[in-house]
Amino acid sequence: MTEPAEWGLSCPLPHTTGDRILLAHGEGAGLTRRLIRQLFLEAFDNDYLRPLADAAVLPPVGERCVVTTDSFVVSPLFFPGGDIGRLAVHGTINDLAVCGAEPLYLCLSVILEEGLPLETLRRVVGSIRDAARSAGILVVAGDTKVVPRGAADQLFLTTTGIGRQLPGCDWGTHRVRPSDRLVLSGAVGDHGIAVLAAREGLGLGTAVSSDTAALHGLVAALVAEGIDIHFLRDATRGGVAAVLHEIAEAAGVSLVLDEAAVPIHEAVRGACEILGIDPLYVANEGKLLAVVAEADASRALAVLRRHPLGAEAALVGEVTAASPPHVLLRGSLGTLRVLDEPTGAPLPRIC
Amino acid sequence: MKYVDEYRQPHLARRLLDRLNRLVSRPWTLMEVCGGQTHTLLRSGIDRLVPTSLRLVHGPGCPVCVTPLEEIDRALAIARRPEVIFCSFGDMLRVPGSRTDLLHVRAEGGDVRLVYSPLDAVRLAQENPNREVVFFAVGFETTAPATALAVQQARHLRLTNFSLLVAHVRVPPALEMILTSPGNRVQAFLAPGHVCTVMGFEEYEEIVRRHRVPVVVTGFEPVDLLEGILRAVRQLEGGRAVVENQYARAVRRSGNRSARRIMSEVYEVCDRSWRGLGLLPRGGLRLKAEYRDFDAAQRFPMATSAAAEPSECRSGAVLQGLIRPDECPAFGTRCTPERPLGAPMVSAEGACAAYWKYGRGLAPVRGGHP
Repeated sequence: MTEPAEWGLSCPLPHTTGDRILLAHGEGAGLTRRLIRQLFLEAFDNDYLRPLADAAVLPPVGERCVVTTDSFVVSPLFFPGGDIGRLAVHGTINDLAVCGAEPLYLCLSVILEEGLPLETLRRVVGSIRDAARSAGILVVAGDTKVVPRGAADQLFLTTTGIGRQLPGCDWGTHRVRPSDRLVLSGAVGDHGIAVLAAREGLGLGTAVSSDTAALHGLVAALVAEGIDIHFLRDATRGGVAAVLHEIAEAAGVSLVLDEAAVPIHEAVRGACEILGIDPLYVANEGKLLAVVAEADASRALAVLRRHPLGAEAALVGEVTAASPPHVLLRGSLGTLRVLDEPTGAPLPRIC
Repeated sequence: MKYVDEYRQPHLARRLLDRLNRLVSRPWTLMEVCGGQTHTLLRSGIDRLVPTSLRLVHGPGCPVCVTPLEEIDRALAIARRPEVIFCSFGDMLRVPGSRTDLLHVRAEGGDVRLVYSPLDAVRLAQENPNREVVFFAVGFETTAPATALAVQQARHLRLTNFSLLVAHVRVPPALEMILTSPGNRVQAFLAPGHVCTVMGFEEYEEIVRRHRVPVVVTGFEPVDLLEGILRAVRQLEGGRAVVENQYARAVRRSGNRSARRIMSEVYEVCDRSWRGLGLLPRGGLRLKAEYRDFDAAQRFPMATSAAAEPSECRSGAVLQGLIRPDECPAFGTRCTPERPLGAPMVSAEGACAAYWKYGRGLAPVRGGHP
């Protein structure tokens, strides 16, 4: 496999294309081919992509092949700590990782709005390339479409991830049982608040950065140490609260979250306080919630904390048999209350 | 987080609870006025920690809950107009009018925008000179100075495409109404700390004199509320009735003079209908004559008819503290956030929503002598 050529801001497209995306870039003719060759292939070059055929032909991936797909429409495209490109790569990898898969391949579909500055596309593609490279995943197939101005918001990405499941990964809500412990890999709320602050111009500066990160290394570390994982999920939209509700409903158990134990960065706490938003409902892009056997809880915590992405990991709660299934929060005064299921996007309050 | 963490410390809360337990000798009914306070009580479980002989009922201090249906219908009609950019605080977007809500109007093509400050709406008006920008000015005396400032700013910028749909309400007339209601059992108030940062508490001294009812201006953190409750109970047990200021770190007796000046330049007191409570004399604010050009209700005149509330909804009794949300027969069965009968079940600050959000399925609060 040839090493991808070094990509940089100087990467030239022919002068005839100007500096913006035109409808013609999506029509399959010369401009499309040039865009694919000079931007996408240049950035992602590998043996499977290089023939630029209708489909990539891949070798067998192992005993169990894991596939996932996801779309990315974040606004703004660039925010403190990341951008839509990094997010797409990390989000896809994380969906594979929480299913116990080693991520191998990525398919990338790009929908561009007519008039998008080429420079913007270059930055996003460069970001996808960097994130994929550092995670060791290859972009093996792709597609580009251009829609008329107004029919999309700048740039949308759709990814499909393919991975190989690690041996011995058998977890899911069917394995969650009372006395299991909840382990969180780090502080919550960073991504959602960073994006909200960038979108709304809340003036938080760079005090809060997205936590976007590829979590397959963290999962691999847990698996390698033989931790008895009963359930694993990355806490994205709807935050930690959404994951807990999903577990309670599917497994028919109750979960008790210890409010004081959940790590939250000070700037995120402050922003949530001002906006009247509960950080437990705010999206993350680099945090795992693991349900593990009680006997393995402290070992799981130690494994996570040894990893750079799990340095702030914490034991945050437990599974109980209480019926009907509830998600409860133990507050700092010791009382239990319901942790409600998230409904729609959190709306800031009046006063 | 400074000025927050200090007021959430468990050991301080426990000390206040111990003192409260030693102090209470008989049943008392207390009302916290503000929806933000209600949520702290339920969220931190204080309603489950105080002595069972104390009954906590929840006041009308949720601006979304008391905005009348016809005012929301008017907002929806304005928001549907193609030339209008309708701006609102997030809370209002989900509140149903008689047929729909602002989120659905947006889905149907209305240009409805969530803003964080009324001044953002003024900026939108500058940026969109060919559109009409309308801001839904909802809230108590807490938000009124900011909307007043927005109007002054718009006039200073000579904007002719900015207006306010004013639904501001005032707290003191609501307390008067509760105290004079025939079924009233409220014996002391925790006054709304944020309203008092603007207005101070002189207005409450008059209420205390007339009705011999203790009022404690109270903050919003668990320790604030426990201290407010303790001070109110101490007055009740001692047979006293004065205004006390628990929230002294933010509230002065005469409030924020600059904010009050801006308010009085732009607004005047008027009678206003409150959802669930009816017409309250001097219960609201409207634009003064010299600012009427900025009144969206005049700019977009339309016939509004008093819309009928669902007859089963007892939100009026909840907002007056006559019943607690979980004492309403429809609570959690025929009335849920997905299918609400009334605004207190929808609003982020509504008492019914708080009971649903934090307590549904848990054992009811002990005692609380109905």
